Amino acid sequence: MLNMIRGSRRQIYLLLTVLLVTLLSACSKESPQSTFDALGPVSQSQLTILWVILGAGAFVFVLVFALLIFATIRYRRKSDDEADPPQIHGNNKLEIAWTIAPAIILIIVAVPTVRGIFFDANPPDDAAFTVEATGHQWWFEFEYPEQGIVTANELHIPVNQAVAVNLYSVDVIHSFWVPKLAGKLDMVPGNENHMWLEADEPGVYFGQCAEFCGESHAKMRFRVVVHTQADFDAWVIAQKQLAAIPTDPLAKEGYDLFIGQAQCWACHTIDGFQRARGSVGPNLSHVASRMQLGAGIMDNTQENLRAWLEDPNSFKPGNVMSRDAVVYADPSKGLSEPQISALVAFLRSLD
Amino acid sequence: MATESLDIHIKFPLLKRPLHPTGIWGWMTTIDHKRIGILYGVTAFIMFLTGGVEALLIRTQLIGPDKDYVSAEVFNQLFTMHGTTMIFLAIMPLSAAFFNFLIPLQIGARDVAFPRLNAFSYWTFLAGAIILNLSWFLGGAPNTGWFSYAPLTSSVFNPGNGPDFWIIGLQVLGIASLAASFNFIVTIINMRAPGMTWTRLPLFTWMTFITAILLVLAFPVITVALIELMFDRAFGMNFFNVAAGGTPVLWQHLFWVFGHPEVYILILPAMGIVSEVLPTFSRKPLFGYSTVVLAGAIIGFMGWMVWSHHMFTVGLGPIANSVFALTTMAIAIPTGIKIFNWIATIWKGSISFKTPMLYAIGFIALFTIGGISGVMHSMASSDAQQQDTYFIIAHIHYVLFGGAMMGIFAGMYYWFPKITGRMYDEKMGQLQFWLMFVGQNLAFFPMHFSGLWGMPRRIYTYGPDMGWTLMNTLSTAGAYLVGIAALIFVVNMVKSWRKGELASQDPWDARTLEWSIPSPPPEYNFEEIPIVQDRDDWWERKRSGKAKTAPAAVPVGGGSGGGHGIHLPQPSFWPMVVSIGLFIGAMGLIYNIAVAAIGGAIALIAIYAWSFEPVNEPDEESGH
Repeated sequence: MLNMIRGSRRQIYLLLTVLLVTLLSACSKESPQSTFDALGPVSQSQLTILWVILGAGAFVFVLVFALLIFATIRYRRKSDDEADPPQIHGNNKLEIAWTIAPAIILIIVAVPTVRGIFFDANPPDDAAFTVEATGHQWWFEFEYPEQGIVTANELHIPVNQAVAVNLYSVDVIHSFWVPKLAGKLDMVPGNENHMWLEADEPGVYFGQCAEFCGESHAKMRFRVVVHTQADFDAWVIAQKQLAAIPTDPLAKEGYDLFIGQAQCWACHTIDGFQRARGSVGPNLSHVASRMQLGAGIMDNTQENLRAWLEDPNSFKPGNVMSRDAVVYADPSKGLSEPQISALVAFLRSLD
Repeated sequence: MATESLDIHIKFPLLKRPLHPTGIWGWMTTIDHKRIGILYGVTAFIMFLTGGVEALLIRTQLIGPDKDYVSAEVFNQLFTMHGTTMIFLAIMPLSAAFFNFLIPLQIGARDVAFPRLNAFSYWTFLAGAIILNLSWFLGGAPNTGWFSYAPLTSSVFNPGNGPDFWIIGLQVLGIASLAASFNFIVTIINMRAPGMTWTRLPLFTWMTFITAILLVLAFPVITVALIELMFDRAFGMNFFNVAAGGTPVLWQHLFWVFGHPEVYILILPAMGIVSEVLPTFSRKPLFGYSTVVLAGAIIGFMGWMVWSHHMFTVGLGPIANSVFALTTMAIAIPTGIKIFNWIATIWKGSISFKTPMLYAIGFIALFTIGGISGVMHSMASSDAQQQDTYFIIAHIHYVLFGGAMMGIFAGMYYWFPKITGRMYDEKMGQLQFWLMFVGQNLAFFPMHFSGLWGMPRRIYTYGPDMGWTLMNTLSTAGAYLVGIAALIFVVNMVKSWRKGELASQDPWDARTLEWSIPSPPPEYNFEEIPIVQDRDDWWERKRSGKAKTAPAAVPVGGGSGGGHGIHLPQPSFWPMVVSIGLFIGAMGLIYNIAVAAIGGAIALIAIYAWSFEPVNEPDEESGH
C-alpha cells in the first residue's frame, strides 16, 4: 500500500514536471511569429499587458481550482452517510466579498489596458515616414510615397525608427499583422486605418494576414525586413533604379512575352517599361531582389519561380492570375516550356 | 368555430386529423412538449455529431504542416459549417430540447402555452438544419466563416450558392427560435402552478426565461443583417458594397450586436443545468439563489454592451476600444459571482460523483479557464496579438465546449432517467466523462500556445518552419479522443434507452417538481396540479414527510385519478405543414422565386387551417 502511494507520488511529480515544462515552453520564442518574442515598442507594450493579465488570471485560476479540488476531496459523500449536510442558503457578506474582489482586480488591470490602447494607436510625432499598405486577395502591397517606391509582400524599414503605416484594402477585409513587432489591425475596404511599427533589431520578421479573406487566406503572408539606416538608404536607392530591356537573349525573349503576347503587363507594373503599368497584380520592379515568392509562401529561387509560373493555382488556389490571366484561363494560349524559361530568365533579371 | 373547422376537414378529406396516431405519424403530429423535446434532442445530437465529423476533418488536415487531405475550398466550407452547425444546430436546439421537456414539468404545468406552435418550432428548426446541410450536395457549403464578414459574402467575391444557403438557413432557424422563445416566455409567466412564485422558480427555468428574452431581442438584429445581405446578393443593393458607398463594418456591428448576446444564449441554459445538478448531488440548496439569478439577469443585460470586443482590431479608434474593454471587464464580475456561488454550493455538501455531477464540476473548471481567457481578450491592446488566432479558438471552445456542452452533457445524463424511464450505464458514463475531459483539454489547451505563437485561425495549411506542428498534433489527438467519447455516449444512450435498468421516479433524491412524477412522465404530466409551498418544493416535501400526502389541488381540466378526464390538446399535422411550406419557400428563395411563392402559399393555407382547427375535436369531446 505504502509503495503504491510512493509510486503514485512519483507519478504526480513526473506529471507536474511535464506540466511545468510545457507551460514554460509556452513562452517559447522559437516560432517566427511568437508574440512572446516582442522586438519593438508596440509589441513590447502588448506583451507587458499580457503578463499583467496572465498574472491576475493565474491567481484566479489557482484560487478557483484550489477551492474546487479541496471541496471535491473533502466533501465527498461517504457510502454510509445518509444524513443531509447543513442546509446553507447563502451568505451575504461572502457574496459581497466575491463581487468586490474581482472588481478591484479588474480596475487594477484596466489602467494599463487603456494606456496601452492609446499608446498603440497613435504613432509618435517623430515617425520617420509613412507606408501605405494595401491588402489584396491574397498579397500585400507596400507604397512609400515619400521615397517613390512601390513593392509587394516585403516591407523594408530602418531599425529603431517609428514608421507610420496606413492600411487599406481593395477587395475584402484583410488584417496586417507582424506578431514580433505589433498586434494586428484590419485592412478594411473603404476605411483607412492607422498604426505604427518600430523594430529594435535588424532582421527579417514574419507577417501574415489574420482576417479570413477567402480561399487562399492561409497563403497571404509577408516579411518585414529591418535594416540599419545605411542599408535602408541603399535599399531605397536600389529600388528606385528603373528597369532596362535585358541584353541576355533568353531574358529578352521573356521581356517580349511579358510586354506582348502573354499580356503580363496588363496586371503588373515594372518601373522603366512604359507599357507595364498594370495595378491588379503585385508590382514586379525588382522582383528578383525579394526573398520570397507568391506572398511569403516560398523562397525566391529559379525552380520555385518556374513551378509558380507553370501552375500558380497549385500553390495558391483561386488566385486572380490563374483565374483571369489569358495564359492560364485560355488553354489554347497557355505558356509553353520554352516560354516559361524565357519569362523566368526575364523576371530573374529584375534585381 | 366548430362548423368552420369541419368545413376545412371537408375541404381536405385526405388530411383527416389524427386523433390517436401511433408510430412515426404519431411523432410527426405530436404536440406533447415531452415528445417534441425528444425530437429536438435527437435531431440536435445528430447535428452535434455532424459538426463533430467536420471538426475531425479540420483537425486531420492540421495534424501536421503542408497536409492536403482536403482542398483549401473544402477546408473553408468545413470550418464555416462546423461553427454554424455547432452553434445554431447543436447547442441552441440541445438547450431547446431541455426547455421543451423540462419547463412545464419544473413549473407544474401540463404543457407549454402554445403546444402546436411548439411543434411548429421543431419542424421549422429541422427545415433550417436540412437547408444548411443540403448545401453540401448542391454546389458547395457556405465558405465565409460562421460570422461571414462582408464584403467576402458579396456575389462579386462569392458567386456560388453557399452564402445563400447560409442566409436562408439562418432566417428559417430564426423563425423557429423566435416562435419557441415567445412560447417559453408566455409559458413561464402564465402557466406556473399555484405557489410557484418567481423566487421559487427552479434555476434552470429562470435561465431559460432569460435566454428566451435574449433570443427575442437578438434575433431581429441578425434578421435585419441577413435581409440586407440577401438584398445585396439577390437584388443588387449596396448595404455592404464599398464601391457604391456601402459599409462592410455595418455587417460586423449588426452581427455582433446579435452575436454577443448569442454567446449568453448558448451558455445560460448550461448554467441553469449546472445550478440544478450541483445542489442535487451535494444535497444542499443552491448557495445564494437570488444572487445567482440576478447575476444571470445582469449577464443577459450587459451582454448587449460588449459586442465591439469582437471588433477590437477593426479600427474603431482608441476611445471606442477603451469603452468596450471596460464594459467587457465588467461582465466578468457577475460571471465570477456565479462560479464562486457554485463552489459554495458544493462546499460542506455531501457530494456524490455520479456522471452528471462530474460533468457539472468539469463545467465549473473548464468554464473558469474560458472565462479567464475571455477577460484576457478584454485587454484590447494585448488582444491585438490574440484576435483571430488560435488563442481565440481555445477561448471559444473552453466556453462553448468546456462550458455549454459540458453543461448539456450533465443535463443529458441527469434527466435521462426522467426522459426515458431507464438508467444509463454509470460505469460507461464515468469512462465517457474522463475521456471527454482529457480529450477536450488535449484538443483545446495547446491552442492557447499555437495562438500566442502567431497561428491565425482559419488557415488550411501552415509551413513546417512555423513551430506550430507539435501543438497542432496534440490538438488533433485530443479531438480524436473527444470523437471516441462521443461515440461511447451514443452507445450508452441507445443501449440504456432500449434495455437499461428501470428508473424510479426520483433516482437522484432531487429537488424540483419533475422528480415528483413517474419516469417517464405520463402524457398529462401531473395527475393533479401541485400547490407549491417552497423553493425546491419536492425536496422540502420529501424531508417534511409530506411527499406522499401532498395536498390535493384542484386539477386543471377537471377529473382526477389515473389521468382520466384530463383534457389534453389533440395532435395536429398543420404545424408540420407550415414548416414544409417554409422549407419549399426558402429553397425557392435560393433557386426560383416562383417556387418561393408556392411554398409561401402552402404555409399560408396551413396557417389558416391551423387557426380554425379546434384544440379538441367536438365529437371527441362529447364522448367524455
